[in-house]
Amino acid sequence: MNVILYLLGLGVLLGAGGLTVFLWALRSGQYDDMDGAANRILFDDEK
Amino acid sequence: MLGLGRYYAQRVLDPTLRAPRPETAEARDITRHATTRADGSHELTLAVDGLQCGACVWLIESVLAREPEVLEGRVNLTTRRLHLVWRGAAPRANTFVESIEGLGYRLVPFSAEALAASQDKTGRALLRALAVAGFAAGNVMLLSIGVWAGAELATRDLLHWVSALIAMPAIAYAGRPFFRSAWSALRHGRTNMDVPISIGVVLVTGMSLVQTMQGAEDAYFDSACALLFFLLIGRLLDHRARGQARATAEQLLMLRAADVAVVSEEGRVQRRGQESVVPGDRVLVGMGERIGVDGVVERGASLLDASLVTGESLPVPAGHGATVFAGTLNLGEPLTVRATATGGGTLLAECVRLIEAAEARRSRFVVLADRVARRYAPAVHVTALTTFLWWYLVAGVPVTTALLTASAVLIITCPCALALAVPVVQVIATGRLFRSGMLLKSPTALERLADVDTVVFDKTGTLTEPALALERGPGFDEQALKVAASLAVVSRHPLARSLVTAAGPVAMAEGAVEVPGQGVRAGEIRLGSWDFALDGRVKPGHDGGGEDGPELWLARPGVAPVRFGFVETLRADADVAVERLRALGLEVCLLSGDRESSVAVVAQALGIGAWQAEKTPTQKVAAVEALVASGRKVLVVGDGLNDGPSLAAATVSASPTSAADISQTVADMVFQGAKLAPVASVIETARRARSVMRQNLALSIGYNLLMVPLAVAGFVTPWLAAAAMSSSSLVVMLNSFRLRGRAA
Repeated sequence: MNVILYLLGLGVLLGAGGLTVFLWALRSGQYDDMDGAANRILFDDEK
Repeated sequence: MLGLGRYYAQRVLDPTLRAPRPETAEARDITRHATTRADGSHELTLAVDGLQCGACVWLIESVLAREPEVLEGRVNLTTRRLHLVWRGAAPRANTFVESIEGLGYRLVPFSAEALAASQDKTGRALLRALAVAGFAAGNVMLLSIGVWAGAELATRDLLHWVSALIAMPAIAYAGRPFFRSAWSALRHGRTNMDVPISIGVVLVTGMSLVQTMQGAEDAYFDSACALLFFLLIGRLLDHRARGQARATAEQLLMLRAADVAVVSEEGRVQRRGQESVVPGDRVLVGMGERIGVDGVVERGASLLDASLVTGESLPVPAGHGATVFAGTLNLGEPLTVRATATGGGTLLAECVRLIEAAEARRSRFVVLADRVARRYAPAVHVTALTTFLWWYLVAGVPVTTALLTASAVLIITCPCALALAVPVVQVIATGRLFRSGMLLKSPTALERLADVDTVVFDKTGTLTEPALALERGPGFDEQALKVAASLAVVSRHPLARSLVTAAGPVAMAEGAVEVPGQGVRAGEIRLGSWDFALDGRVKPGHDGGGEDGPELWLARPGVAPVRFGFVETLRADADVAVERLRALGLEVCLLSGDRESSVAVVAQALGIGAWQAEKTPTQKVAAVEALVASGRKVLVVGDGLNDGPSLAAATVSASPTSAADISQTVADMVFQGAKLAPVASVIETARRARSVMRQNLALSIGYNLLMVPLAVAGFVTPWLAAAAMSSSSLVVMLNSFRLRGRAA
């Protein structure tokens, strides 16, 4: 039954990891331009 | 080369949208708005008008990438802004902006204050809170399933403790928007829907913690988290729907931010912000520039486009001694104007003030959800308190049990579905209208539109096409049109432009020069008024029935002069749209600032009985206010600056995208394209949205009426609370999505 301790911890950690990634993405401006990003992928970079 | 082929390959244009502006109307200096950064580079944010798709972003960024001084030039397609960072001299920005405006986009610089005001901090905070609440709700719910499945004793306590550890920090963080709003309401001695929410969440979490410590069976951590999660979805949607209100304020600031060229006594020209010009200053107004002050012309003679101010579609001549108003566009020669009124004293500012006053009156409109919430919140408090007192005093149960039952009541009555009922419908309806070219700016516009029973139209530019059209009678000389157009290309005069549009692509005639205010000359060939083109010859009465509409004459040596007549044309579907509005049971009126004769023609063509002509902006407002005061719900559709105040005074208002910026700013709704039909379909959509909103409210209140007795009686277990809350929210959302499915 002790295995539940590990599993609970693991589950919470995974969830927290996902949350951290989302908050980081939000902070680094990845949600600032939702429409532009979809188009930008099609541009060829000449630089 | 730029590789324009790629631009065309990537372009996804909506054919009904207005084309990116083909020419820039105003010359100005934008350096004033740039800020200098610590490393000596300069920074500027500009709003881009005319962005249509990703290819526009590519085009603008490629042009900027060619300038070696530009460190960063990035367009945000969502906020439609360009962020520009460059090194070197600050005025270089004018060159960059000109090259982009040369592509056909219009750029408006943001001042530092406007930029700070427009950053959406609240939206981000809500999104973060939503993420945290979602994380907590998901995890705690998983743990709770273990409890409900029959975990006992030590295992159950363990699951409860882990839930508490996840839920409590998450609730403390994600609940802040509600706690803050509840606290400020209580401090002012009021109550709002956030008060029972906050009390409920705090009480439930606290009681669950006590239960956990005592090793009891029930804990409501899952309900508290899920509650916050659903409420935050509603809050975020509501915030998104209101986002446009901020944009309105921004644009008003931008309009005021244009600068003015002041001529000093020694004759030096200095560009200044509008706020630092005083009456008595001499102001130079270049060709294509908007006049920034009210004043009297001292030197020069020119043609002024006053359509923004008066709605008159033809330019008016202005010479020495003529009175001019802020907001008019100089089409011809440079003018020197002695300012008589500046800043807050100008007619433009007067209009803005009228608008603000009228808008303040309108903001008293209380949305359906708030009206419901106002009655609902006190009822919730009373029910929960009664439950507690009854269980504790009458039934004599321990205080913890009584509190737990009372908090179950608060959880059950928490307006999850109520908070979602209106925002979800609003976002879906607004998105639907957006896709068909109608931009709903005000979050309450949808509800106000549903109530409308009278529609008041402006004439010029609203019922009629924004530009005058060339009249092609029998025996029309296409060859002469080509010649005339080759001269007209050099002019900004609206008639010349409409001539060029009618002729299609032509090369510029060799040596064509514009004589400001009169016409265009290319050698012996002349295009303009009769007096200009045929220099002193007596004008014969032409045989067109004696009408004296706007006209241009083309004179060529050895050929008889050719007349080009121009007419105001109704929008293609004006009659259909008016008919559809009548079919919806609405009364249609016409209110115009134009001459009586031309208004009468339009009113007759559309069968509008109630029409009034030659109205000043103030008279228009009075007329609209009289209608509103008599209990009518009035929709005003207009496009000129002179319509601005009446747009604001109406119950709800709409403007075509061809309208003056300020009317678009004031109007609750902007519709794109050359058709009027959107006005009718938006009312249909609004009425349907209102009925879905009412269904949603009925559903969520019905659910509460059903569940509250159970909660008061103490029958609501944690799993029942969680299931009931989620299902009612889902039912409301699904019901709202029905709005999306049906065809317009």
